[in-house]
Amino acid sequence: MIQQLSTSRKIWGACMKALCYISIAIVTVLTLFMLLYVFYKGLPEVTWELISTSPSYLRHTIGILPDIMNTIYVVIATLVMVLPIGVGAAIYLTEYAKNRKVVELIEFAAETLSGIPSIIYGLVGMLVFCQFMGLQTSLLAGSMTLVIMNLPTILRTTQEALKTVPQSYREGAFALGAGKWRVIRTVVLPGCINGIVTGCILAVGRILGESAALLFTTGFAHNLNGFIEGLQSSGATLTVALYVYAKEQGEFEVAYAIAAILMILTIIINIATTYMGKLMERRNGQ
Amino acid sequence: MNLKKAKEDAIHFIFLILGLIAVGSVLVITVYLVISGLPAIREIGLTEFLFGQRWASTAAQPEYGILPFILTSIYGTAGAIIIGVPIGFFAAVYLAKMAPKKVCAFMQLCIGVLAGIPSVVYGLVGMLILVPGIMRIFDVPDGASLLAAIVVLAVMILPSVINVSLTSLQSVPMEYEEASLALGATSTETYFKVTVPAAKSGIFTAIVLGIGRAIGEAMAVMMVAGNVANMPSLFQSVRFLTTAVASEMSYSSGLQRQALFSIALVLFFFIMLINATLLVIKKRSQSV
Repeated sequence: MIQQLSTSRKIWGACMKALCYISIAIVTVLTLFMLLYVFYKGLPEVTWELISTSPSYLRHTIGILPDIMNTIYVVIATLVMVLPIGVGAAIYLTEYAKNRKVVELIEFAAETLSGIPSIIYGLVGMLVFCQFMGLQTSLLAGSMTLVIMNLPTILRTTQEALKTVPQSYREGAFALGAGKWRVIRTVVLPGCINGIVTGCILAVGRILGESAALLFTTGFAHNLNGFIEGLQSSGATLTVALYVYAKEQGEFEVAYAIAAILMILTIIINIATTYMGKLMERRNGQ
Repeated sequence: MNLKKAKEDAIHFIFLILGLIAVGSVLVITVYLVISGLPAIREIGLTEFLFGQRWASTAAQPEYGILPFILTSIYGTAGAIIIGVPIGFFAAVYLAKMAPKKVCAFMQLCIGVLAGIPSVVYGLVGMLILVPGIMRIFDVPDGASLLAAIVVLAVMILPSVINVSLTSLQSVPMEYEEASLALGATSTETYFKVTVPAAKSGIFTAIVLGIGRAIGEAMAVMMVAGNVANMPSLFQSVRFLTTAVASEMSYSSGLQRQALFSIALVLFFFIMLINATLLVIKKRSQSV
């Protein structure tokens, strides 16, 4: 069967195809360029001295250990707070809520939260946590801001995972005489642990990349502290440190080094989410 | 038995509270922004604030007109959409319909990485590659300009545009395409004249999400746009709504500080408008 297409149809088809190929080429080149360029510029600057010391004015050296520690503190503090809230809210929505209006209200709120830009979180975080609640600019205030920011992420991934737990599991447990809480604790939650982990990984990725919300809530000190002390004092995370070094101090080598570290973390998080996704697919397929 | 019921009720109540935290947060954010944003608007005057063309907050006779910021935000977002959406759209069509499985998997990883790169890293690369590049190519005195911000924003919205369009393209039923192919349309014609119109609402969602992301971005823009409160022009240093808040917050006081909160309120208003649009699209596509 030989198809005779008019010339205009042929040209149109070829153009559309060409546009597709050009677009995908642009995306690929952009990604590879970002990766390779940042690694090329940044990796040689990542020295043991840089990542294992604090900045010293006396010796004119810059170290990013405090920034790394601050980032870890913020990640831990945020996850510890956001997990119970997000998972709890998801459990309420899928297991308890009977009133359609309440469900819609909570889902609408979560959607609104995920649309709010981080600079507004930073501003409100500063007003509410730093000033109104008297936490000053501290890692704790920053973490609490990030809790609200990441709440929709945890809520949504947990909710999706809860929906994949078969209804028959719950019915079986109820039939054996278990109370609602017991069913949730022993049947529902273990069944959706993958979804919660995925949510955590996504949240960690967002926390690592966040800067605008932290600028006014955690501040930009570079002091090395322990966990409890660190939460109460001001400190820069890696992203904020990158911004300060690049924009305000002109230390581009350090900025590139931090960028390279952040890139590596981004890739790790990406691979982890892909892996978790595959794991969940396999389980759901069974 | 009663004790058990009381316990269950208490747990139910705890979960309800956890669920309502999200609602409470939205309320707190709205209320705080309105309360802290209104005084300055009242003092300056709404029209003067929104349509004043000069922002000189630290001058002896301070002027607080944010029209330059509003227009810059709108132009910058529009520019990013004009560049980013077509690229993202065509890339999504390719990935959904034409790409071999291996290429698709590789690209998904690429897009994931692109989406995960922190905005300060985009800002850094933009600041050290794009800004000098614009300076050299267009022969302008300073490359930190609206154009640089538009390019960075276009790259930053790409992943979400691609991902959302991709999902909606993939969910178009096979029968539609098969019917079109059976009628003698070529595969390319089928993709663009049958699949794409069928996935219209999803692609529209992608665009609106892109607008939301572009208008709310602060750090990357702050690093490449130069931060001078000019009326927007492609090769001039400009200030967005987001960067106006971020750049003066640390040293502001009095009316100037209040005016910054008012700017945040205006930004919040834009975001709410975008959220409402998203909701309308969602409702409409569900009712069809």
